[in-house]
Amino acid sequence: MAERCAVIGVGQTQHTSCRADVSIAGLVREAVDRALASAHMTMADIDAIVIGKAPDMLEGVMMPELWLVDALAAAGKPVFRVHTAGSVGGSTAIVAAQHVTSGVHKRVLTVGFEKQSDGNAMWALSVPMPFGMPVHAGAGGYFSPIIRSYIKRSGAPAHIGCMVAVKDRTNACKNPYAHLHEPDWTLEKAMASPMLWDPVRMVETCPSSDGAMALVLASEDVADAHDGPKAWVHATAMRSEPTAFAGRNQVSPKASEDCAADLWRKAGITSPIDEIDAVEMYVPFAWFEPMWLESLGFAPKDHGWRFVEDGITEMTGRLPVNCSGGVLSSNPIGASGMLRFGEAAMQVMGIAGEHQVDSVRKAFGHAYGGGSQFFAMWVVGANKP
Amino acid sequence: MSDDVLRIRTPIGIKYQYSAGPRVSSHLIGLMEGRFVGKRCPSCHLVYMPPRNGTCAKCGCLLGEDVEVGQRGTITTFCVVNVPFLGQTIKIPYVAATILLDGADMGMQHLIQEVEATEVRMGMRVEPVWRPREEWQPSMENVLYFRPTGEPDAPYESYAGQL
Repeated sequence: MAERCAVIGVGQTQHTSCRADVSIAGLVREAVDRALASAHMTMADIDAIVIGKAPDMLEGVMMPELWLVDALAAAGKPVFRVHTAGSVGGSTAIVAAQHVTSGVHKRVLTVGFEKQSDGNAMWALSVPMPFGMPVHAGAGGYFSPIIRSYIKRSGAPAHIGCMVAVKDRTNACKNPYAHLHEPDWTLEKAMASPMLWDPVRMVETCPSSDGAMALVLASEDVADAHDGPKAWVHATAMRSEPTAFAGRNQVSPKASEDCAADLWRKAGITSPIDEIDAVEMYVPFAWFEPMWLESLGFAPKDHGWRFVEDGITEMTGRLPVNCSGGVLSSNPIGASGMLRFGEAAMQVMGIAGEHQVDSVRKAFGHAYGGGSQFFAMWVVGANKP
Repeated sequence: MSDDVLRIRTPIGIKYQYSAGPRVSSHLIGLMEGRFVGKRCPSCHLVYMPPRNGTCAKCGCLLGEDVEVGQRGTITTFCVVNVPFLGQTIKIPYVAATILLDGADMGMQHLIQEVEATEVRMGMRVEPVWRPREEWQPSMENVLYFRPTGEPDAPYESYAGQL
């Protein structure tokens, strides 16, 4: 990494089930305007734009970037689109950061968005595979057997998923932008939530949201001159693997473990649990919190669920996870990864408001996508790397 | 505001051709003959079933010899689907299981029937129920569903590496 890079602007929309009042362009522009204002910039200051969204089939609009050029402030400027399924918001932010660390651009705007209400994600994620048996039932149908495998392997008690769900829904009440504001969840009530994809209960699943997130990334000289909070990018990492292959570990994919190891090495972190102060992790189904805690190296193998049970991942715990409410409380798929990256930056910048954790020096942002096969992660810090 | 047109409905649809590739051909021919034909990786020797891409993702090489795997298999993991959705072809609740056919080194998704969803277990032994022969196509849909064989469950250790 040659040049330093910092997040100096963050802007997101109110996430909700249906933003009928705006087009995709309007939704995107709302986040862009807020990010630019937070960076004390206008569109004229931006050198390049990097965008990401979930697969076009989910919204039913092929290549929306064709008509988003003006909403993105991209007229007369380079624009790039990144595709990595649900991890796209994370990998898009990473590509944007690379525009800066490579020394090519000084002020890069990056945007992740999704207007799920325009299409039907459940249908789009259940399209039959050629010559296969059409038993797929959305993302939940794909991930819940993997969750069952985790429960069997780790010996986790049945209530762990509900504990994560109650935590994230409670945290979301402190985040004015979160889609779900449901303050009255209890473990008992959550355990009575209906099974949608047994062993996954309704409360343990993410909502379907409209929303966008935008970040302004700046070079060191621009960031130094910026009179406002900033989060320095300490390290980024991405890895991929195929959806299915012989001998694949689906609970903790090798690409996930390799990506985390690479990230910690680049960031100079030897003990993630001790050195990371806030985590924004991609948890669309509650059980993925303990699963990723293990895969990423925060918890020993088969012990992630104990972290949940012991309250370690609560906002007041040793390792606060998803203080924003996470994907379980807002899921505009194309934006969700960038929300994790952006919320991690907000924790470092000290601008997370009611869901701010005290004195965050280093925060971790995480996204995964496809069949647990695309991974994107970053570490941001209050000090220069 | 009530007179504003804020949303319009615009359905789209298309039938695509799918190029399976020559290395998947023997698998598809097998399905039309009521057999499960996978392929072995010449490097790691694991058997891909189905051999969807004709390649071994770990070794990066083309898959080699055809291997006919068993008709019976073991449920490694599963979920009970209770969610109605657009395009759904199976009545809910149903069990979608990952089945490791005997002799294969990777699971495939299929439907479990002729057993209560609450009775389905990891490790349960199952066998296919084929459609009438005259309906066979180059598709795993030739198998209507899998059902329990009544054999003792496979021990966890025998499929733990597949999860």
